[in-house]
Amino acid sequence: MSADVDTVPGRGGLRIGRGLETLGAWLLGILWLLPLLYALWASVHQREAATTFDLTAPLTFDNFVSVWQGAPFGRYYVNTILLVSGILVGQLVLGVLAAYAFARFRFVGSNIAFALVLVQLMIAPDILISENYTTMASLQLVDTIPAIGLPYIASAFGIFLLRQTFKSMPIELDEAAEIEGAGRLGRLWRVYVPLAKPTLVAYGLVSVSTHWNNFLWPLVITNSVNARPLTVGLAVYNGTESGIDWTLLSAATILVVAPLLVAFLIFQRQFVQSFMRAGIR
Amino acid sequence: MTATTPAARRGGRRLGDQAFAWALLAPAFVVLIAFTHYPIIRSAWSSAHGRNGDLGTAQYERLVQDPVFWQVLRNNLWFAVGTVPTSMALAILMAVWVNNKLVGKSFVRLAYFTPTILPMVAVASIWLFFYSPGIGPIDQVLSALDIPTRNWLGNPDTVLPALMVMMIWKQAGFFMIFYLAGLQNLSPELEEASKLEGASRWYHFRRVTFPLLMPTTLFVFVVALTDAFKIIDHLFIMTGGGPNNASNLLLFYIYDTAFSFFDPNYAGALTMALVVILGLAAILQFTVLERRVHYR
Repeated sequence: MSADVDTVPGRGGLRIGRGLETLGAWLLGILWLLPLLYALWASVHQREAATTFDLTAPLTFDNFVSVWQGAPFGRYYVNTILLVSGILVGQLVLGVLAAYAFARFRFVGSNIAFALVLVQLMIAPDILISENYTTMASLQLVDTIPAIGLPYIASAFGIFLLRQTFKSMPIELDEAAEIEGAGRLGRLWRVYVPLAKPTLVAYGLVSVSTHWNNFLWPLVITNSVNARPLTVGLAVYNGTESGIDWTLLSAATILVVAPLLVAFLIFQRQFVQSFMRAGIR
Repeated sequence: MTATTPAARRGGRRLGDQAFAWALLAPAFVVLIAFTHYPIIRSAWSSAHGRNGDLGTAQYERLVQDPVFWQVLRNNLWFAVGTVPTSMALAILMAVWVNNKLVGKSFVRLAYFTPTILPMVAVASIWLFFYSPGIGPIDQVLSALDIPTRNWLGNPDTVLPALMVMMIWKQAGFFMIFYLAGLQNLSPELEEASKLEGASRWYHFRRVTFPLLMPTTLFVFVVALTDAFKIIDHLFIMTGGGPNNASNLLLFYIYDTAFSFFDPNYAGALTMALVVILGLAAILQFTVLERRVHYR
């Protein structure tokens, strides 16, 4: 017994330690899920039952019905989907072109140009709301979906990420394609883009979830339901009455997060991996 | 790069590489200049104008004398001090846990990560209810335990810590992902070597794992620091910066100045203050951090 303790110090303690760790990990996990679980609970109960946590309280979907009828959520959904897909397409096109220039061509001013791109990594358009609003007003774009998306379609993060990806590709493939007569754009389209697919998917997931959730700029630049995305719609809902109806608010919250949550559950592995890949270059 | 040699041969006939590269960059640069560089210059320009339109340092004199600005800056620094180390420590803990053999590992990982994908606005709505006096779950639990309750968001002493708790909950799982990636890049032989040497897991973590994760830590630190100055969505839903500016943060103050008080010149000065803070974070990243990262 004592010999065992000598050679493998603290083995018994280790097992207890592991058990405690598992317990701790689970407790923290449940704590982390509680707010969302509560919103789910409140959204399917009547106002009185939502705060009492009586498990036998009857379920109801009335909250969802009244939320859907009380605010133009259909319109918000359409706006949000148009917004995130528009931003994604813009980011991919501009990002791929710029990254190709930085990764495969030598040109005067490339270092300065790259530094100018990196400025946006730190000073995001969100910071510059006041001036960007003025710009949009002079372009007569206030309260339109393009106005929400435009400041984001040249993404420094995307350019940086794709440049790294393109740089890591073997130059031989590029040269082989050139011998076969492919032009510069042809090689980009047929060699670089297909090989960068994992990065593009990862970046796409990050982009969609970021802009689905974005709030400040859409709030500033929209003033009617015509362009308002889900997040702003939810906030407006929040401030309509003097006393907030928590069950209705929970139902509205669930409506806003449901598509992302479902996508997250389906693509869980890819989501987590894509955040990893996107974060660590 | 080698790309110049073959391309240069045809370069004379068609667009040269130089012009071609700039043509590729042009669309991105039009947008970058329009919505990042130009507005920064515009902010600086408008901040250099007084109320009656004359050039001068009036806005900055006002800034220095503005007690709200200093309070907002102090709040923001406390917000960073309160959230950044805590969420980073939790993130490491989470990453180590879900990197281990753990019963129900994928469920736990999912649970940690969930807050990350939820919009801050939706999160704020849920937490507003959690904190609401009387009916909120926090109050219910506390009064069941006979602990005195309070109006967490209505009290200047508790409002900022209450928001910090929510921010930590929102972000820890996101930072966990970076640490998880860092941990999975470490070679498993290191841990085996430590085991053979009879080192405890804590000792191994302190002397081997954590130093090797330093680049990740520095990266996450900068992201967390800049986020502390950028994320303000919850203020719209939960406090509006109140009570008495106790929870007001710099970006929210900029928003108020520009869109509630219609004072673009002062908003420009405040924006410049934020740009300087984020610029300092950038310098930190590109000088100190880059140098530290290389010893990997």
